[in-house]
Parts: sequence; structure tokens; C-alpha cells
Amino acid sequence: MEQKQDSPAGGGLSHSAAEAIASLAIIAIGVVMIVSNYKIGAGWASDGPQSGYFPLRIGVILCFASLVVLLKSLFGKQHEQGVFVTWQRLKPVLLVLLPTAMFVLAIKFLGIYVAAALFIAAFMRVMDKSIWWKILLVSIGVNALLFWMFEIQFKVPLPKGPLEALFGY
Amino acid sequence: MNELDALFHGFAIALTWYNIGMMVIGIVLGIIIGVLPGLGGPNGVAILLPLTFTMQPTSAIIMLSCIYWGSLFAGAITSVLFNIPGETHSVATTFDGYPLAQQGRAGEALTASFTGSFFGALVAVLLITFLAPLVAKFALKFGPPEFFAVFLLTFCSFVGTGKDPFKTIISMMLGFGLAAVGMDTVSGELRMTFGWSELLRGIDFLIVVIGLFGLGEILLSMEDGLAFEGKSAKINTRVVLETWKKLPKYWLTLIRSAAIGCWMGITPGGATAASFMGYGIAKRFSPNRDKFGTGQLEGVIAPETAAHASGTAALLPMLALGIPGSATAAVLLGGLMVWGLQPGPLLFVEQKDFVWGLIASMYLSNIAGLIIVLSTVPLFAAILRIPFAIIAPVIIVVCAIGAYTVHSAMLDIWFMLLFGIAGYVLKKLDYPLAPLVLSLVLGDRAEAAFRQTMMGSKGGLGVFWSNGLVGTITTLALLMLFWPLLAFAWRKLRRSLGGDADSAA
Amino acid sequence: MGLPIYKFFNNVCLRPLSGALLACAIATPALADWEPTKTVEIIVPAGAGGAADQMARTIQGIVVKHQLMKQPIMVINKSGASGAEGIMDVKDAKGDPHKLMAAFSAIYTLPVAVNLPFNWRDLNPVAMIALDEFLLWVNAETPYKTPKEYLAAVKAAPPETFKMGGTGSKREDQIITVALDKVAGTKFIYIPYKSGAEAATQLVGKHIDSNVNNPSENIAQWRAGEVRALCVFSAQHMVYKDKITANQSWADIPTCKESGVDVEYQMLRGFFIPSGTTKDQVAFYVDLLKKVAATPEWKDYLAKQALKDVFLTGPDFVKFLEKDEAFHNKLMNEAGFAHKE
Repeated sequence: MEQKQDSPAGGGLSHSAAEAIASLAIIAIGVVMIVSNYKIGAGWASDGPQSGYFPLRIGVILCFASLVVLLKSLFGKQHEQGVFVTWQRLKPVLLVLLPTAMFVLAIKFLGIYVAAALFIAAFMRVMDKSIWWKILLVSIGVNALLFWMFEIQFKVPLPKGPLEALFGY
Repeated sequence: MNELDALFHGFAIALTWYNIGMMVIGIVLGIIIGVLPGLGGPNGVAILLPLTFTMQPTSAIIMLSCIYWGSLFAGAITSVLFNIPGETHSVATTFDGYPLAQQGRAGEALTASFTGSFFGALVAVLLITFLAPLVAKFALKFGPPEFFAVFLLTFCSFVGTGKDPFKTIISMMLGFGLAAVGMDTVSGELRMTFGWSELLRGIDFLIVVIGLFGLGEILLSMEDGLAFEGKSAKINTRVVLETWKKLPKYWLTLIRSAAIGCWMGITPGGATAASFMGYGIAKRFSPNRDKFGTGQLEGVIAPETAAHASGTAALLPMLALGIPGSATAAVLLGGLMVWGLQPGPLLFVEQKDFVWGLIASMYLSNIAGLIIVLSTVPLFAAILRIPFAIIAPVIIVVCAIGAYTVHSAMLDIWFMLLFGIAGYVLKKLDYPLAPLVLSLVLGDRAEAAFRQTMMGSKGGLGVFWSNGLVGTITTLALLMLFWPLLAFAWRKLRRSLGGDADSAA
Repeated sequence: MGLPIYKFFNNVCLRPLSGALLACAIATPALADWEPTKTVEIIVPAGAGGAADQMARTIQGIVVKHQLMKQPIMVINKSGASGAEGIMDVKDAKGDPHKLMAAFSAIYTLPVAVNLPFNWRDLNPVAMIALDEFLLWVNAETPYKTPKEYLAAVKAAPPETFKMGGTGSKREDQIITVALDKVAGTKFIYIPYKSGAEAATQLVGKHIDSNVNNPSENIAQWRAGEVRALCVFSAQHMVYKDKITANQSWADIPTCKESGVDVEYQMLRGFFIPSGTTKDQVAFYVDLLKKVAATPEWKDYLAKQALKDVFLTGPDFVKFLEKDEAFHNKLMNEAGFAHKE
């Protein structure tokens, strides 16, 4: 694991803790699968397996396998002391993730093209400190190209907002 | 040689300036469609179908089939460069294609994938030319038990021994679970929708893949500092020639994948299943099997050859039987009817010009396609030189568009984001993602085939050995599954026998 | 955005004293008070290449070829969950006059089968443009020449020996199968496939014993002499007299009823737009479809697919829908396909 080489000074989530959290989440998914498929019938009827037959068993296997991973992560021999991700390294990840989430949220209100232009511009500004004309060129140029491609050439409608409505789209 | 005469007649029809122009337009359009995630062969062809209503049927099908070839070729481009499959059948190409690009060998990976594609197409076209009626009959032998056996074979050929078998199992089961969301086609019942009508349509495989691979990859590279590795990709024509020199070494992989592809296209198991099976079998029997996933040319050639062979062979059952072997073939089938042609067993008899014109055009357009895509290799490899701060947000935007276009649903973009995070975490925890994708793609089809079989056999499992064909495939699948165990036993046995011989001597 | 301008233009045209009335009337013969202001989407709640999709694309082709509309028109497949995806999409697009849904009997069967919160009254009916027929088909290599013979053989065998293939589960094909079982006292195993095309090939490959496909789904195999049509589930013979096989036309196929199997079923092929749209908007599409139906290409399409040429709109269409819905509800409940919770 590359994380091991990090200086522990950064601090962060330990590898085994991350492993345990992930397997707990997967166990939760498995339990949901078991319960919801039990409800619709998971037996073997006269005409073969019912709707819930396979998903229920998949849920059971999922729970079992995750349990093993969980136990291994807590008590296993290869108990990983390493750090899963340091807070320092998590920062740039969140720096992409949060704006992306905001971009997705903005699509609903602004349409995908305007939201994408703002997103690209902001990203370039923060990450690269690009100069303004480069930012404008890329953010508007890329979206104009996408618009031309999807809306005009291939006639695939993407979510649009007030700006496109202004032009009658 | 009746077929040869007919083929030359076909060349005479296909080789007009107008038709060649249509070919080039079709291939270029197909490449664009193949590169954009979310726009694939089926909808690309469907979108352009109305344009062809006023054209000659032969020219129209030449153009539309060229869009299909173009998209088959180009699906690999984004898989290799950005780890985002442009088409569903190029998922398996990411496994080794992307690591190659990271090592600065993007040009090599692309050349190998295009050439493999071309080889697969060529084998499939030869098959269509000379064995069409025979092969079409074979397709009719496939009922639900045979389909299930084929899917089982795909799974079994792909299940390798991962680092941690439990994580492999978890990954595969997550894929099956996701595939089960939505309406169960066999009983018409809803599963795991939790009363949410947005979940009715299920979770499309493309959305998961775009999230896991595309967005997940960007998050990982953010953590490693702001860069895609592999900026120094060599991008000149020498790379093409050098790669070609290496290819004959992989003749067995090429032939095996082409055979798998032809078979899966005709039966019809589909290009996606074919590419996974091609990759899985190449991995199982390769001397470098441990290095698969770290950037092996063989791992790029195997899935691409199979996918293109399958995509091409899928046209055969469409022409000869009127059953589409793939989604794109289904749309082309609709086109045939609109043009006033009746697909089916009589097409070869009644519409000789059309059929042989199309078959001849397949030879020509795949050659044209190879030339066109190879000349774009430098262009696409150059994309890797764009600074990360520019390319990353653009990729995220394209991912969002790709996720949205699958169902025109906003929710799918959120799902993509969610799977992006999941991909980041799972990859860091060493969960293999390939089994998840495979079971997501084939899970519900395999389940449907199994349950259709059970309905017919009234719950008897003996049906999977009820005739020679299905019995052979099932047995082969089980052999594949237990191959490592068998190989181990065989070695043990031989050693002990050898030991006996020694002691006897 | 462009809407007020169109309104204004049409108002001028409509003013009776205006001398320009005649010219205007020629320019817009139907005097529709509304016109699409952007691309019109035909939503097909079925997969690309299927019967509903082919119809939508044929209409698209005709509209483009004859320039029946200023704005572009495109077809979008939303086939998820047996079409529920497309149906819900159009339901949720309240007040959007640029969505046209290609409807078939899923609008009645889906809500009953999976408790989908949908009723066709949630949409504005535009017009029904055709009725699709269903036939009973067997493999041509079997000895059965009439439905009576075939059903007698099914009855003579132990129950659940003969396999009937069809499209999907708890839908039109299975409804017909259950109705057959009831009338003839048989017990088929019903095997659901993804599409009619698949059911057709499976019949040729003898993986099933019969199917109840639409004419368009089985025509290729019929022409090639691989399958045999026993009867049509309709009150009258079909009208198309051109020979399709060596010695049979669609019109030659007897009805099931006159062959002693009293099962009738036909499926609507119609169009809806979302609710919350105005009368003018509905009128525009009625007019558009009328123009489409009058073209030779459409007649040709009907003949090729052996569809029944019926055009219903307005109150007649609503009346038909009410009757058809009651009919489907009855069949679905009798067959035990209704959603249980």
C-alpha cells in the first residue's frame, strides 16, 4: 500500500477502519436485499425459482463474505496498520467531489450546458490558476461544441435551463 | 464457387463513388458516436435512420452499418485513454488498456485494439460470406437452456482467482444485486424498487461503469496529485508499425477471440459478453496470466477482437433469420422494413443485390475503418497532453452527459456520482471491479434464461444435459470453473506418477 | 417563447372579415391554433426495432418526407420495466406539448400488474391510428392445420406439456394464452421472452410449440414456410388479399371464433400527449396524424405489417379506451395477474 510511506504526522483514517466501515455498509446492503426479496417470495415454485429466489441468496452470500472481510480486517493476521487516506490527501479529492456534486445539483436549475461551463471555469480557476481568456475559451468552447453535437446534430435532448429557453430551445 | 461470384457481384455494387462516400461518412460518424459515452451504436443508427428513408436501400445500409463499424472501432478509444468505456463492449478493454496508457503506451494500446477489431471483423465477414446458411441453422438450436449455458460459460471463464476470493465474491454479488433492481422480466414483478417509481427502469450498467471507472479514476488521480500519468505518449506512425510487429506473437489470442466473437454474435450472446469471455479465456490460458490487468497488449487485443467479431457476426442472424443478434442489429432490422425489404430466410434469395452489396461493403468498410481510426491514433493520444486541470472537468461533464443520456433521467447523474465515490473506495480497498461489471451486465439475462428453462422443464436441472449442444457447453463451463483445481490435481497426479516411475526404476 | 407570435398570426388568419382568410386557410388548412415551437419527441415505451418503435419511426419518416411539421421530430425509446419508464416519463411531463407517446395495451396492463401509479386518464388522448392483430402460430413441421386440432392435441397431452412463448409477463400474449386455456380447457406452459422476434425464432427452433405473435413479428418466418398461421384472434378476417406465402394471404386465415375457439383480442396503436396541454395542442397532433394516415406510405406500412386501419379520435377514442380498459381489467383479474400486496 502506497499509503504506508506517508508520514504518520498527517493522520487520517486507518486502513482497517475503512475496511470495516465498507464491509459494514455492504452487510447493510445485503440485509436490505434479503428483507425486500423475502417479501416478494423467494421460494422454488412449481415453475422454477420465484422472483426473489436469486436476489435473496445473493444477499445472504454478500452478508457472509462481508462478515469474513470484516473479521479479517479487525482480527486478521494481515491487520493493516497503514493509513487508508490522510486528511491531506483527502483534501484534493473532496476538492473535486464537492464541486462535482454542486455541478450535478446546478444542472437541475441552470441546465447542463451552463452548469458545465461554470464548473469547468471554476475548476480551471482554482486548480490551475489559468488566465481568464483561457478559462472563457475552454468553458464556453467545450459547451458550445457539446451543444452543437447533442442538441443540433444528434438531436439528443439534454437538460436545459433558462438560458437555452431564451434562444427557443 | 457460388459465393465468390455473388461476392464479386456485390463488390461491383458497393464500389461506386457514392457508396464509398457513404462509407467514409458513416465511419466518421460512428467514431464520434463511439467516443461519446451514452451515445452508442444503437441510438446512433436509430437517430440517423430517418435520413436514409429516401435513399437506395443498399446505400442506406452501407452507411448505417458503417456507423456501426465506426462505433465498434472507437469504443476502445476512451477506454484506453480515460478508463471510461465509450461503448458497453469496451469495458473489458479498460482492464489492460488504461494501465498501458498510464505507462505512456496509449498509441500501442490503441493500435493493437484497432487491429484486433479489424481481424475479428474480417473473420466474421468471411464466415458470413461462406457459411451463412449453415451458421444460421445453428443459431436456431439455441433455446433458454443453451442461452443459460453460454452465460454460465462466460462467468466461469472470467472468474479468476483474485487476491482475496471473498472480495471477488462480494464484488460479483454486488453486481448481481444491482442487476436485479427494477422489473423482473420473467414474472413481471418489481424487485428492490422500494416503491420508488424512478427505480422501475433499474440501474443501467453504463451508469455504474461511468461512475466506477470514469469518475472513480479522476478521484484517485486527484489523490495522487493533479495528473494523469502517461503524458509522454509516443504518437507517431512508427508506433503503429512497431505494434504490428508484435502482434503476430498473439496469433492464438486473435484466433481464439475471433472464434468466441463469431459464436457469441450468432447465438446471440452479444458483443459485451463476447468481450468479457474473450478477455477471461485469454487470461486463463496466457503464460502471462498473472500480469493481466497491469497493461498487457494481449489483454487489449482479446476483448476487442471478440467484440468486433461478435458485432459483425450479429448481422448474420439478422439477415438470414430476421432475428437481431445485437441492439444495433435490431435497429437495422427496423430500417430494412421501412425500406421495404423483408428480412428473414428469403432475403438471400429475393434481394441478392442488397445482401451481397452489404457483405462486400463489410470488407471494404472495415479496411477503410482501420485506416481512418489508425490515422486518428496520434490525434487521440495527443488528448493526453492537455493539462489535467482542463481535461478533468471536461471528462466529468462528459461522464454526466453519458449517464444522463442512457435514460434521460436526472437521477442517473446522482447515481453516477455515488458510484464514483464507491469506485474510489472499493478500488483503494483492493476490491476487484471487473466481476461486478460482468455480473451486472449478464446477471439478469442469465437469470431470465435460467428461469425460462425451469418453466419449460418444470424445475428439473437435468435439462442442462438434455442434448449434446447444451451438455457440452455446460460441461465446458464447469471445467472452466474448476480449472485451477483440476490443473492442480493433474500436476499432483503427474508428480506422484512420475515419483512412482522413479521409485520403480 | 415563440408561442405569442404564432397566436397572433393565427388570430389574424381567423378573423372572418379579413380578405386574407382564404390565403391563410390554404397556408394552414387545419387552422390549428397552436404549433410546436421546438423539437417534438415521440416517446416509445418499448425497445428499438420492435413493432411500436417501427411505427413511430415510420411516422417520423413520413412527417419529414412530406414536411408535415416545421419543427423536427425524433423518436426516443424508453423501454425500461416493460415500458413503464416511458409511460411514467410522459405522465410526469405535465403540460409539455412536445412529447407524443406511442401507446399500446401496456397502458392498461402495467398499472394492474405492477401497481404502477398510472391511468391513461393521466394523459390527453390524441388518436388511435391502427389495431394490431394477434394470431395463433405453430411450427410448420407439426401436423396441426386448424386451431381445433392443435388445442385437442394440447388437451390430450398431460397438462403443462405444450409450451406457449410470448413477449413479457402478464401482458397481451400471456392474457391471450390464459384466455385460450379457459375456452379450450387446456393448460399451456407460458414462457416469457424479451421480444416477439425472439418468440418467433424460438418457435422455428422448436423450443416452444406455439406463439401468439403479431403479423409483423412472424411474417418473415411465415413467408419462408417455417411457421403456420392457424387463426386470427379477431372478429373478422384481415383485409389484405395479396399472397404472402405460396398460397395464402392474410385474408385467407380464418378467425379463431369461426374455427370454434372463441377468443378475441386486438391491441390499440395510438398516441397520447401529457395532461395539462390545451385543446389546440391536441388538435394539432390529431391533424398531424390524420395527414400521416392519408399518405400512401402509411397505407403501404399498414399493409406490410397487416395492421387494421382504424382511425379514432375525440370522444370516440375515449369511448374505445374506456371499453378496452374494462376488457383488460377483467382479463387481468380473471387470469390472476393483478398485483397482490
